[in-house]
Amino acid sequence: MGFWQPRRAGILALAAVIAVLPAVLPNAFYYDVVILVGINAIVCVGLNLLIGYGGQISLGHAGFFGLGAYFSAVLTGTYDWPPLAALATGAVSVGVLSFIVARPILKLKGHYLAMGTLGMGIIISIALNQEVDITGGPDGMPVPAFAIAGWEPSSEQTWYWIVAALLMISVWLALNLIDSPVGRALRSVHGSEVAASVAGVDVTRYKILIFVVSAVMASFAGSLYAHYTGFITPDEASFFHSIEFVTMVVLGGMASTFGSLVGAAILTILPQLLTVLHDFEMLAFGAILMGTMIFMRKGLVPSLVDLAKRARP
Amino acid sequence: MAGKPLFLQWLLISVLAEFLQFLFSGVTIGATYALVGLGFAIIYNASHVINFAQGEFVMISGMSTVSLLAVGMPLPVALLLAVGITVVVGVALEKFAVEPARNASVVTLIIITIGASIFLRGAAEVIWGRDFHSVPAFSGSEPIIIGGAALLPQSLWVIGATVVVIIALRWFFGRTRTGKAMLATSYNPLVARLMGINTRFILSLSFGLAAMLGALAGILIAPISLTYPSVGVMLGLKGFCAAILGGLGNPMGAILGGLIVGVSEAMTAGYISSAYKDAVAFVIILVVLVMIPNGLFGVKGTERV
Repeated sequence: MGFWQPRRAGILALAAVIAVLPAVLPNAFYYDVVILVGINAIVCVGLNLLIGYGGQISLGHAGFFGLGAYFSAVLTGTYDWPPLAALATGAVSVGVLSFIVARPILKLKGHYLAMGTLGMGIIISIALNQEVDITGGPDGMPVPAFAIAGWEPSSEQTWYWIVAALLMISVWLALNLIDSPVGRALRSVHGSEVAASVAGVDVTRYKILIFVVSAVMASFAGSLYAHYTGFITPDEASFFHSIEFVTMVVLGGMASTFGSLVGAAILTILPQLLTVLHDFEMLAFGAILMGTMIFMRKGLVPSLVDLAKRARP
Repeated sequence: MAGKPLFLQWLLISVLAEFLQFLFSGVTIGATYALVGLGFAIIYNASHVINFAQGEFVMISGMSTVSLLAVGMPLPVALLLAVGITVVVGVALEKFAVEPARNASVVTLIIITIGASIFLRGAAEVIWGRDFHSVPAFSGSEPIIIGGAALLPQSLWVIGATVVVIIALRWFFGRTRTGKAMLATSYNPLVARLMGINTRFILSLSFGLAAMLGALAGILIAPISLTYPSVGVMLGLKGFCAAILGGLGNPMGAILGGLIVGVSEAMTAGYISSAYKDAVAFVIILVVLVMIPNGLFGVKGTERV
C-alpha cells in the first residue's frame, strides 16, 4: 500500500475534483451551489466524527451553525468587528458552550440523547427568533461582506477557492484524527462504551472532545455561510436544518468521511433539482429520503463500496 | 375600615381567577400533548422506534375533517371518518416504511420517520394548500365561567376525551388478550413470538393505535388552535417531550409528562412571557434529563455488555 493508502488516495481524489470543477462549471449559479455544498460538507465532516465514529447522535447541530452565523453577523454588522475576529469569537464561544453542555448531555443514551440535543438546538433557534433587538427576529439580518485587511473576496470564483481550501483542511484534519489514538479510542467507544472504559479509555473525555470539535466546525461553517450569502435568518438554526445535516452524514454513509462529502453534495443539490416539481418538492424530498434509507441502510458510499467488492471477489 | 379586607378579597379572587384561566388552557393543551405522547410510547414499546411522524397524524385528522365538512358531511361523521383515514395512513406508514427497515440502526429509523413526516406534510400541502383552516367547536363556543375564569366547552371535550382514552387503554392493556399480547411483545419480542403471538400484527396495531390517538388529538384541538399542514411539527416534538419526560415506554408517564409540559407552558406564557412559550417544554426536558437520565418514571434498565 505505502503511499497509496485509501486515505491518501481519497484526499488526492478530492483535490482532483476540486481542481477540475472550475473547468466544467458553466456559470455563477453552479458555483453558488458548489460553494454551498462545500460549506455544508465542512459541517458534515465534523458531525460525522461525532455520529459515525463516536456513535453519538445529535439533532441540534444547526444550533451551533446558526450561532456561528449570528456571531459573525452581529459582531461585524452591529459592532464593526473585523470578520476574522468575529468568526474566531463565534468559534470559541460555541466551543465553550458546547463544552459546558457536553458533559450532562452526553451522559444520555439513544433516544434520550436525541431528545437532549434536539431540545438544545430548538432553544437556540427560539432564542434567535425572539431576541429581535439583537438578531432582527424571524425576518433575519444582513451580513457585511467578508474582508481580511481590506481584501474582499467578491467573485464566486474566489469564494470557491476559499471554501475548497478550508474543506480540504477539514477533511485532512478529520482523517488524521480518525487515524490517531483519539480516533481509535472513539471507535472503541462506538463499539462498546463499557469495553472501552475497561480497556482504559476515558470515555467521557473523548465524547466531550469530539462533541466540541464538531460544534466548533459547525460554528465555523456558519460564519462562512453568513458572510458568503450576506443574509441570514433563524432558519439556519432550525430543527429541520439539524435534520438536514444528520441526513447528509447518514445518507452518505456513517463513519465515512468521503461519504459525508457525497451526502452533503446530494442533499444540497437535490432541493435545487426538485424545484422543477414546484408543489411536489417536499413530497418528493420526503419520499427520496425514506427510500434511500430503507434500501441503503448503511448509506450510499459504504453500500456502493460493498457492491463493488462483491462484484470483484 | 371595611375597604382593606374587601380589596384583599378582590385581589385574591382575581389572582385566583387568573391562575384558573392559565390552568384551564394548560390542561387543555397538555391533554393534547399527552395523547400524542401516548402514541410515541405505544409505538416505542412495540418496536423501539421513535416515530417522528406522530405529529403528522394530528395534522392529517384535522385537515381531513375540514375537507369532509366542506363536502357537506355532518360533524360527527366527518370526525369519525377523519380518525379512520389517519389510522389507515398510520398502518400504511408501518407497512411501507418501518417494516422494510426492521433491525436498522436508531439513527436510520429516525431519518426514515422524519422522511415520512416530510412526505406527509408535502402531500398535505399538495392536497389542501398552505392555508389555515378552522373547524367548528363540537358544542358551541359559549364559555363556561368557573371561579371567574372562562372555560371553553371544547376544552371540556379535550379533557373528557383524554380521560376516556386513558380508561379505555388501561382496560385494553390489562383485560384483553390483544392488549396483553402487546405488553408481552414490548417486554420480549422473541419470547412473545415463541408463545404464538403474531408480533407483526402487533407492530401494525401499535401504529394504528398511535395514529388513532394522534388523530383524536387533532380533531379535538383543531377548533381551538386552527389546522394547517405544519401544525403537527411542534405538537409532535412536544409530544415526544412528554413521552421522554415520563420515561420512554411508560404510557401513564407520557400522560403526566404531557400535562406537566402543557401546564408549565401556559403558566410561563401567562406569568412570565409568551415569547419563550415554545421553549418551556425543551428547557424542562433538558433539566429533567440532566438530573434523571431516564425520565421521571423510566425504568433504569441494567445494561447488557
